[in-house]
Amino acid sequence: MSAAIEVRVSAARMLTPVVREFTLQACAGLLPAFSPGSHVQVHLPLAEGKLRNAYSLTSDPADIQHYRIAVRLQEASRGGSHYLHRQVQVGDTLQISPPANLFALHSTASLHILIAGGIGITPFMAYIAALEQRKAHFELHYLCRPGLSDAYVEALQQRLGSRLHTYASRPDLSRILRDRPLGSHLYTCGPQPLLDAVRQQAKALGWPTGRVHWEAFNAAQPGQPFDLELLRSGRRLRVGIEQSLLEALESAGLQIPNLCRGGVCGQCMTRHVSGDIEHRDSFLSPAEQADFLMPCVSRGCGPCVSLDL
Amino acid sequence: MTIQASPVQSYRDDFSFRNSSAAIRRFPFPFTEDSYLYSVNIEPATSRDPGSIYQHGFDIDEHYRSEMAERALVLDKDPRRYLVLPHMQVAAWDALQMLMEHLAADYPQWFSLVREGDHWHWRNTLLNIDQHFVFGDATSLPCEPLEFIGRQVQGDFALLDQRDGDLYMDAGLVTSPADWSLAFDAGMSFKQWHSPVPMAHQMGIFDRALKYLLNLQVGQPVRRLNWTLTINPRLDSSPETFHEWGADRGRITAENVGQQVHLRVELQVMARLPRSNAVMFSIRTYLISMQELVTQSGWGCRLHRVLRDLPEPIADYKGMSRYRQTLVEWLSRFDPQA
Repeated sequence: MSAAIEVRVSAARMLTPVVREFTLQACAGLLPAFSPGSHVQVHLPLAEGKLRNAYSLTSDPADIQHYRIAVRLQEASRGGSHYLHRQVQVGDTLQISPPANLFALHSTASLHILIAGGIGITPFMAYIAALEQRKAHFELHYLCRPGLSDAYVEALQQRLGSRLHTYASRPDLSRILRDRPLGSHLYTCGPQPLLDAVRQQAKALGWPTGRVHWEAFNAAQPGQPFDLELLRSGRRLRVGIEQSLLEALESAGLQIPNLCRGGVCGQCMTRHVSGDIEHRDSFLSPAEQADFLMPCVSRGCGPCVSLDL
Repeated sequence: MTIQASPVQSYRDDFSFRNSSAAIRRFPFPFTEDSYLYSVNIEPATSRDPGSIYQHGFDIDEHYRSEMAERALVLDKDPRRYLVLPHMQVAAWDALQMLMEHLAADYPQWFSLVREGDHWHWRNTLLNIDQHFVFGDATSLPCEPLEFIGRQVQGDFALLDQRDGDLYMDAGLVTSPADWSLAFDAGMSFKQWHSPVPMAHQMGIFDRALKYLLNLQVGQPVRRLNWTLTINPRLDSSPETFHEWGADRGRITAENVGQQVHLRVELQVMARLPRSNAVMFSIRTYLISMQELVTQSGWGCRLHRVLRDLPEPIADYKGMSRYRQTLVEWLSRFDPQA
C-alpha cells in the first residue's frame, strides 16, 4: 500500500445545511495528480478507533495545488461525517490515502450522460471540469432537495446552462435514457435506490451493460459487536459497534489490500471459515459468499467469526 | 559511467555496439532456474541494488547516446513508429511528466526540471536540449509531447487506455520492438495483441495478468523481465524491416554464433498514469552477445540448459528454430554435465 499523504485543511464551508466542503493542501510538496472520478480515503481518528471513509475528489483534476471533498452529514452513521462536520477546523491536518479511481470516464464515448442523486454529485464535479477541457458532449441530470442536498447547484446552473437538468423528485428516467445516440455512455452516482432504478431502466431500454457506469455511495454501517478469530496467527480481536471488520484488522496491524471501502471493488476479499455472516457487499455472488466476505462492509452477526488470516 | 564522452555506436550496418565489462556485469540475466516456462513474473517496481538496472524507475546507461541516435534514424525513416490516438492526449502528457520527473530526480547530473505552475523548463545536457514549454500545450514543444520525451529516454513506450474492463494499445513510441509492430497492434485489446504468443493463453496467463494490470494503482508500478534472441545487436527488429534482418537467422554457423547471436532481455515496467488513468508500459531492451554472456560465471551453462529444453512452440515463436541446434551445441561447452 502507498504511504498516506498528510494534508492541511486550508478552507471549509457549508454548501448546504448538511454538506460541508473541505479544501485540502499538501503539508509538503505537491499533491499527486488524479483522474476524474477518483476518490481518497480520509483517516479519521475517532475515540472508538481509526475509521477510514472514502470521498470523491470534486476539484478540477488539472489543479494539483488543492484537493476538494464534500461530506454529507449522516446522522445514522458511525461518526466519520460527524467528526468531519463538527471537529475538523481550518488549519487542522488530516491523513489521506493517495487517489484511486473506480469510476473513470470512458475515453471514447461520444456523449456522456451523468445522473446524480444528492451527494452523488461529487465525482461529477471533477468529471465536468475534465469534460469541459476536452470539449466533450455531456449533460448532467441532478436529483436533489432544494436547500438541503443541492450542493453546487447555483454554480452548475451558471456554468452548464441548458446542459443541467435539476429535479426535486425522481424524474421519468425513460425520458432521459430513450433514443440516445450510438456511442453514449451513462454514469450514475447516488443512493442505492436511484442506481437500481437507473440500471433497470437502462436495461429495459436495451442499453448495453458496458455503457452503464455506476458508483454506489456505500460506506460501512454500524452493527452488533462480535469476536474475530484469526486462524493462521491464532489471534483474537473484538470488532466494536462503530468499527468495520476491516478497520478492526487494520487496528491490529494487518495490511489488507483495499480501495473502495464500500463493498464494490473486491480488493479486500477474505476467506471465512466459521461463524454467521451478514453480507453487505455488492461484489460477491451468493455462491462466493459461502466462502468469502468483504470485511470493509460485512460483519459477523453471531458471537464469533473465524477468518483465514 | 562516462556517457558524455562515449562514442555513438551503431545497431545496424557495421553493428559497432559493444557492452563494457561493467554493462555485462549489470546485464539482467533473466533465468532463475535451468528451465523456462511462462509465468506471471510480476513484482513491485521498487528501487533495489544500487548500480543495477533496478535502482531507478527508468534506467539510463552507457548506450544512451547510441540508442537515442538509433531512435532518431528509425523515426526519420518511418514516422509510423509513433502513434497517439486523439483520446490519448492527456496520457501523453502524463507520460512526459512521469519520465521527466524520474530522470530529473534520479540523474540530476544530466537532467533537470524546473516547474512554475504550467511553465516548465527542461534541460538534458547529454543531448544539449534546453526547452521552456507550457505543460498541456503541444504547440510550445518542437513536436508532440510523447515524441519529445521519447526521443530522450532509452526504451520503447506504449500507452494503454483502460476502458470496458480491458486495456487498449492506443498510443506509443516503439522503435526497438522484438518482432512486433505498434502500427499493427494499434487499437487492439490486451488479448488481441498477445494472441501470437503460444501456450500462455491456455495456461490462463493473460487472464491473470490483465486482471492484475487493471487494478494497478498510481505510485505503485510493477515490473517483469521478458527475453528472446536476436541476430546481431539489432534494436529495430520490427515486422516493418523484416526484409533487412529475417534472413540473418539462416546465416548462423559454429564460427559466428558467439559473436552474432544476442540474448535480448526486456525490462518491462507498468505504471498507472495519474491524470488519464491510462497504463504506461515501458520496454527497456538490453542486448548481450553470447561471447559477452559466457564471461559471467554460470550464465553459459544455464542458458545451455534452458535453450536445450525449451518447448518447441516457444522456440518457434521466439524465432530461433533455424539456428537453435548450432547455438545449443556452442553453449554446451560451458555446461560441465553436457
